[in-house]
Amino acid sequence: MAEKSRVCSVWVGSETGILKGVSLAKKQAFNFCEMSHLSREQEVCVLCWGDVHETEVLLGCANGEVKTFSTEKGVFTETRLCGQIDEGKFTGLAVVDSALVTSVESGLVKVWKEGSTDTVEINAGKSVCRMRQNPAQRHRVGTGGKENGLKVWDLERPDTPVFTAKNVRNDWLDLRVPEWVRDLAFVPDSDKIVTCTGHHQVRVYDPATPQRRPVLETQFGEYPLTALSLPASPVSVVVGNTQGQMAVLDLRKGLVCGSLKGLAGGVRELQCHPSLPLVASCGLDRFLRVHSLEDRSVQHKVRLGTLAWLWTLLSLCFRSSLLQECPATHQGDEAVKEEEHGGEDEVWDAMETVTEKASQRRKATEGFRDGAEKMAIKKKKVKK
Amino acid sequence: MESSVNQNEAKPESVDSASAPVFPPTFSVSEIKNKQRRHLMFMRLKQEKRREKLSLKKKRRKEREALGDEAPPKPVPKTIENQRVYDETTVDPEDEEVAFDEGTDEFSAYFNRLTNPKVLITTSDRPRGRTVRFCQQLATIIPDSHVYYRRGLALKRIIPQCIARGFTYLIVINEDRKVPNGLVLCHLPDGPTAHFKVSSVRLRKEMKRRGKDPTKHTPEVILNNFTTRLGHSIGRMFAALFPHDPEFVGRQVATFHNQRDFIFFRFHRYIFKNEKRVGIQELGPRFTLKLRSLQKGTFDSKFGEYEWVHKRHEMDTSRRKFHL
Repeated sequence: MAEKSRVCSVWVGSETGILKGVSLAKKQAFNFCEMSHLSREQEVCVLCWGDVHETEVLLGCANGEVKTFSTEKGVFTETRLCGQIDEGKFTGLAVVDSALVTSVESGLVKVWKEGSTDTVEINAGKSVCRMRQNPAQRHRVGTGGKENGLKVWDLERPDTPVFTAKNVRNDWLDLRVPEWVRDLAFVPDSDKIVTCTGHHQVRVYDPATPQRRPVLETQFGEYPLTALSLPASPVSVVVGNTQGQMAVLDLRKGLVCGSLKGLAGGVRELQCHPSLPLVASCGLDRFLRVHSLEDRSVQHKVRLGTLAWLWTLLSLCFRSSLLQECPATHQGDEAVKEEEHGGEDEVWDAMETVTEKASQRRKATEGFRDGAEKMAIKKKKVKK
Repeated sequence: MESSVNQNEAKPESVDSASAPVFPPTFSVSEIKNKQRRHLMFMRLKQEKRREKLSLKKKRRKEREALGDEAPPKPVPKTIENQRVYDETTVDPEDEEVAFDEGTDEFSAYFNRLTNPKVLITTSDRPRGRTVRFCQQLATIIPDSHVYYRRGLALKRIIPQCIARGFTYLIVINEDRKVPNGLVLCHLPDGPTAHFKVSSVRLRKEMKRRGKDPTKHTPEVILNNFTTRLGHSIGRMFAALFPHDPEFVGRQVATFHNQRDFIFFRFHRYIFKNEKRVGIQELGPRFTLKLRSLQKGTFDSKFGEYEWVHKRHEMDTSRRKFHL
């Protein structure tokens, strides 16, 4: 069990309560389950890393329990009851200085300290679809929901939000534009926050400016955007919608850079790797796909569940030490080649690198040229 | 220059048609500019190929007869079904986890015999004759089904009312240019919604050699070839339309046959002539369905989450890959 859990680079939670660890090198998913029988009440709603070194995974379940799973040992170590079923499912989980921050669908954000039963409560509105923690300032969290705009809270001062976003101006018919924040992310190295809405909008807010309205707003597609993630480069954002369309948007101008293909069902969760240009996506079609952001191709596709792949995937955590387990990245390939062909390096260096696309274009142009020449020759013959 | 060469070769050909003409290897029929001559050459080429093929067949048959019992078995011809790309989501019948999932999904209430199906059939607004007759015929086939006229009502408002009145299925037949072309099948309490494209609808009047109208006995249901996980869900959706226990007295059977992602629906009455022979007569309408999307939850095309959407440019690139 411990060996299996150490090999896994992506963790996925499922609707039946099973935590799946996926090893991309072996293209296999391993199940880790605490209960002897499965049930839908144990549905995993949120996943997050328990600590900075990524040795523990925290799972928030539908019945209000928060379980801790140790990736080194491969077993569930703790269970804590943090809320009741009637408050709604978990929509966010974070760890601040050994205290647990949970948020539920009804709008309550609670900070659970270890050891004591006191909780600091924040009422973040009537519905919260997502709560995320600022990775730079760990005591700040952002919340957003249906008809509940973006609010940034400081956990040390739970009374009022640090930043409340204002809705955009009325549209051209002078009607109020409905708000529905589905997912949000804090942009590193700046104060900005990116949100994606159920009305297919992507908005960027900047609390550093006095403007409470979004600094940038763009639209993508016609279906609700369900997931958002920021890749290593600060300029772009990856979003996914309920039809399985994923795209990379540029945050400078708000244009679509490119789309990622392959998903057949709605996207539930996206996660970009912290340093490599990779993004993992899981959705209702029960596959985990890892796309490369450079050429937008599918690098890995894993059917979730070694026995069967029935579960709807709700959240996942990407391990940042992916390089070691994943030799399929470009750097890995080159390293392997150099080791194997030590003596023939000169031969390989002397050869031209031929890429498929370039050669096809050359062939097409050559064919065209040859055809044109043939036509010219025939015309000349006829003239004679 | 080329034409003279052809004439020289054409003359000895007319004298001795049995010997094969010898052409330089880079010659092709399309290089002849004269249409009649080109046609002649092409015909000759085709005849030549046919002759070769027949002679090869004869040779093989002689070899097979000569070997007798030792002859190797005949090679199986390749069909698209044979060459189907293996789908990794194909369900293994002994899978426990699939069994668990099917035991707790939205259809479990039906399969555990807790509920009986009750179906509401309606159409898009202002249906024309063919669609109306199609709905009426469907209502005779599906037991405990009711046809209601859609008075331009929104589906999202109809659905809570259906749930309150105990309906388990909602079927909406979409019409375009006086012909039914779409079907939305929504499982009611909170179940998945499937959207199909309907084609080749044949009503009872148009069917040849059909039997008398179907009776009210519950038919048996046959589901063929739903192998993948998606196919399983759709198969269960169809199965849950009909009551559990078929009345064998009625000798009626409804078949949903999946082949190459098209689902063919047929309704027959059978009779056993003796132990080995069965006679069947086709009753009732026939139509083909193709799945366009499967959405989780009841009908909500704008804000619902789709479990599977048919994306033509991504999924239809290979002729040998099927999803159901």
